[in-house]
Amino acid sequence: MFDTLKSKLAEVFDGLARRGALSESDVGAALREVRLALLDADVALPAVKAFTEKVREQAVGVASMRAVRPDQQVIKIVHDALIEMLGGDAESLNISTNPPSVILLAGLQGSGKTTTAGKLALRLRTRDRKKVMLASLDITRPAAREQLRMLGGQAGVGVLNEVDGESPAQIAKRALQAAKLQAYDVLILDTAGRLSINEVLMAELRDIKKLTKPHEILLVADSMTGQDAVNTAEAFHKAVGLTGIALTRLDGDARGGAALSMRHVTGCPIKLAGIGEKQDALEDFDPARLAGRILDMGDVVALVEKAAEAIEVEEAERLAKRMAKGQFDMNDFLTQIRQLQKMGGFGGLMGMLPGIGKMQKQIAAAGIDDRMIKRQEAIILSMTKKERISVGLLNSSRRKRIAAGSGTSVQEVNKLVKQYQDMARMMKKLGGKTGAAAMKAMLGGAGIGAVGMGNASGVPDLSVLSRGLGKGLGGGVAQGLGSGLANGLPGLGGKPAGKKK
Amino acid sequence: MNWFKKLKDGLSKSTKKVSESLANLPSLSALIGKSKLDATSLEEVEDALIAADLGTASSIRLAAALKAHKFTGPVDTKSIALALAEGLETILEPVAKPLKIKAENRPHVVLLVGVNGSGKTTTAGKLAQNWHAQGKKVLLAAGDTFRAAAVEQLQIWGKRTGTSVIADTNGGDAAALAYRALAQAIEENADVLIIDTAGRLQNRSELMDELAKIIRVIRKLDKSAPHDSVIVLDGTVGQNALSQVKAFSAVADVSGLIVTKLDGSAKGGVVVALAEEFGLPVHAVGVGEEADDLQPFAADEFAKALAGVGVD
Repeated sequence: MFDTLKSKLAEVFDGLARRGALSESDVGAALREVRLALLDADVALPAVKAFTEKVREQAVGVASMRAVRPDQQVIKIVHDALIEMLGGDAESLNISTNPPSVILLAGLQGSGKTTTAGKLALRLRTRDRKKVMLASLDITRPAAREQLRMLGGQAGVGVLNEVDGESPAQIAKRALQAAKLQAYDVLILDTAGRLSINEVLMAELRDIKKLTKPHEILLVADSMTGQDAVNTAEAFHKAVGLTGIALTRLDGDARGGAALSMRHVTGCPIKLAGIGEKQDALEDFDPARLAGRILDMGDVVALVEKAAEAIEVEEAERLAKRMAKGQFDMNDFLTQIRQLQKMGGFGGLMGMLPGIGKMQKQIAAAGIDDRMIKRQEAIILSMTKKERISVGLLNSSRRKRIAAGSGTSVQEVNKLVKQYQDMARMMKKLGGKTGAAAMKAMLGGAGIGAVGMGNASGVPDLSVLSRGLGKGLGGGVAQGLGSGLANGLPGLGGKPAGKKK
Repeated sequence: MNWFKKLKDGLSKSTKKVSESLANLPSLSALIGKSKLDATSLEEVEDALIAADLGTASSIRLAAALKAHKFTGPVDTKSIALALAEGLETILEPVAKPLKIKAENRPHVVLLVGVNGSGKTTTAGKLAQNWHAQGKKVLLAAGDTFRAAAVEQLQIWGKRTGTSVIADTNGGDAAALAYRALAQAIEENADVLIIDTAGRLQNRSELMDELAKIIRVIRKLDKSAPHDSVIVLDGTVGQNALSQVKAFSAVADVSGLIVTKLDGSAKGGVVVALAEEFGLPVHAVGVGEEADDLQPFAADEFAKALAGVGVD
C-alpha cells in the first residue's frame, strides 16, 4: 500500500515545478490519497478526518526544500503527524507505590484479555520484580478461569482461587482483599468479554471499578479491528474511563489503523503491544513503528539504525572525499560492497524495505541476491593491487585469470568492470561540485535511497537516511545493484541510476 | 423467539448505523425531494459504507453505482438506503449458502480455522448443538492443543450439548488428535465430526504448516475430508479479513465462512468486500453467546441491515 500511496503522491506532484511552497490545492490532492491509504489501513473515518485536517494545516505553505521532492515532503509530514497522533513518546504503566495496584482489563470477546493478563503478570514479575496476583472475573466463557489459572501457573504468579456461584463483583472484592492480606504488589483483574452495547454488562464493569478503584483500566483491543474500533473504544471509555489501551496481535499482518482510531476517540495512550503467542511477547508500544506500519513503509527505522551501526564514519568520509575528487577505484567499490554486506546483506536490506514482499520472486528470478554481491567481491579480490587502482590494465588475459581466480566467468568480470566504469564516469561528472552537492545529487538521482531502487522517494526522513546511507554507500553499490535491477526488474529499477531528478 | 426474529434483532442492533449516518448527513437532507444525487452526497454515502467496514474499493464502487441508479420517486434517505440494499443484496445473494451435512460422507468432516479469538471454539460448540438437536450424531475434536484451557472450553460445550469430545488433556499434536478423532468418528458411524483448531495468525508460516499437516493427515483416512473447511471471522475485523481468507484458503482450501460477534456495534461489512473478492459461501453469522445464536446467513436481511433499511 505504501508503494501505492507513494506513487500516487508522486503522480499528484508530477509536473509540479519546484515552487516556493506547497499550495493548498497541491496538499488537497495529496490528502485525498492519504485519506484512502489510511482507510485501507482500517483507520476509522473520524480519526482520518481529524488527521488529514491536521496534516493540511501543517503542509500548506511549507517551503519546499531543494533536495526533497514535494511528495517526499508530504510523506514526511504525514509520518511525523501519525507518530504524534499515536502518542509521541510511549507511556508506561502506572504502578502505585501504595500496593496493591489494581489493573483492570476489559474489552470485546476474543480481543485477547486473558492472554494479555498472563503476559502482563509475567512481565511485571520478571521485569519489574513485582508480586503479582491474577484474578478472573469471567464467569461467562466456558473454562476462562481455568485458562487464567494455567497462564498464572506458567508465569509463576499467584492466582485467586475459585469459589462457585460468585458474581464478578463479589470475586473482585474478594480478590482485592486477598491481594491486600497477602501483600501483593499488583492485582490484575481479567474480565469477561462484553459488547459495548450491552448495558447490563457495562454497568457490571462500573461496579467492579467502584469496588476496586483500579490504577489502570486498560482496553484490550485486537489490532485487526476495523472501523468499529471507534465505537468500542468510545463506549468503554464513557462507561468506565479508560487509562490506556493494550493492542494485541501486532505480530499479525494487519496494518493496525485501529490504534489511531482508538487513540483519537479516547485520548488514552496505547501502553502495551502483544506481539506473539509466547508469554513474554508483550512490549511497550512504539508509536513510530506503528506509524510506519500504518503507512506500510517497512521498518525504515531499523534500516537507518542498522546503516548507522554498520558504516564507519571515518571510512565513509574518506570515501566521500575521494568521490568528490572524482577518484574512485576498485578498492572503493570493494569497500562499498562490504558495507552493504555488513548491513545484513542484500536480503537483510530488502526485508526492511517497504513494499518489497511481492517483488521478492522477481528479485530471485533476476538472480539478485547476496551471492551476486559475494561474487563481485571475489572478482575484485582476484585482481592485483595495481589492477584495482587502474582498471585500464585489464586486458583479456588478465580478465581470464581473474575469472579463474574468482571462480566466475569472463562475462561476469566484464559486467563488473562495465558497472565500475559507468560509476566512475558518473563520479567524474559530479567531481566538479562540492562534496555535499555531489552527495545530494547522487542521492536524488542514482540515490542509494533505498539502495538505488527508486525507493528514495518513499523514505520518510530523508535527511536521516541520506546521512546514514549516503555517506557510506554513496552511489557505488547503488550503481552496481541499480543497473542489475534496472535490467532485470522493470518495476524496481524505475529510476535508473544516474537519472537526475 | 424464532431464529429469523433473532437474526433481525441481532442485525438491527448492530447495523442501524448506516441509516443513522445517512440520515444525519447534512447534504443528504438538503437533497430530499430532488431526483439526483450530487457529488458531495455520494461521497457521504461512500463514507457511510466505509464506516461499515466495506473497504474503500467496494464502497467507492457501490456509491458510483448509486450515481447511475434511477430513482423513481424523489430522493430521500429511505430511497437511497433501499437502492443501496438492492446493490448489496446482488453481491451477497450468491454467497448465502447454509452449511449442510451430506449423508454420503460418513462422517461429514467440518474443519474450523481462523485467527486467534475469532470464535472458533464457540462456533464449534454451537454447530454441535444445532446438529445434535436435529438428531445427528456429532463428534467434536478439540484440536486447539495450544491455548491454555481451550480443550476444557470445548469439553464444557460437549457436556452442554451431549456431544462426545475427543481430546488430549496435555497438549500434544493437533494432527494426531484429528486423525484419532476421525478414526473414532468412522468407527462410531457418526454423522458429523467438527474439528476445532488453534487460532493462528495467517502470516505465521510455521503455524500454517501445522494446519496443512492436520488436513494431510485426516486425508489418509478419508480422501475427501475435510468436506467443509470453514474460516471463522470476527465480525469486528477490518480489511485484514481479506488477508486472512486468502492465506487460509491457500493452506486449508477454505470452502466457506462464518462471521461471529455481529450482535455488537460492528457491522461486518467486510463480508461484502470478501464476497466480491473471493465469492466464498457465507454459511452463518453469530449473533450472541447462546448455542442457537448461530444463524444462517440471509443475504437480503444482511443487505437491508447494512444499508439501514428498517428491519421490521
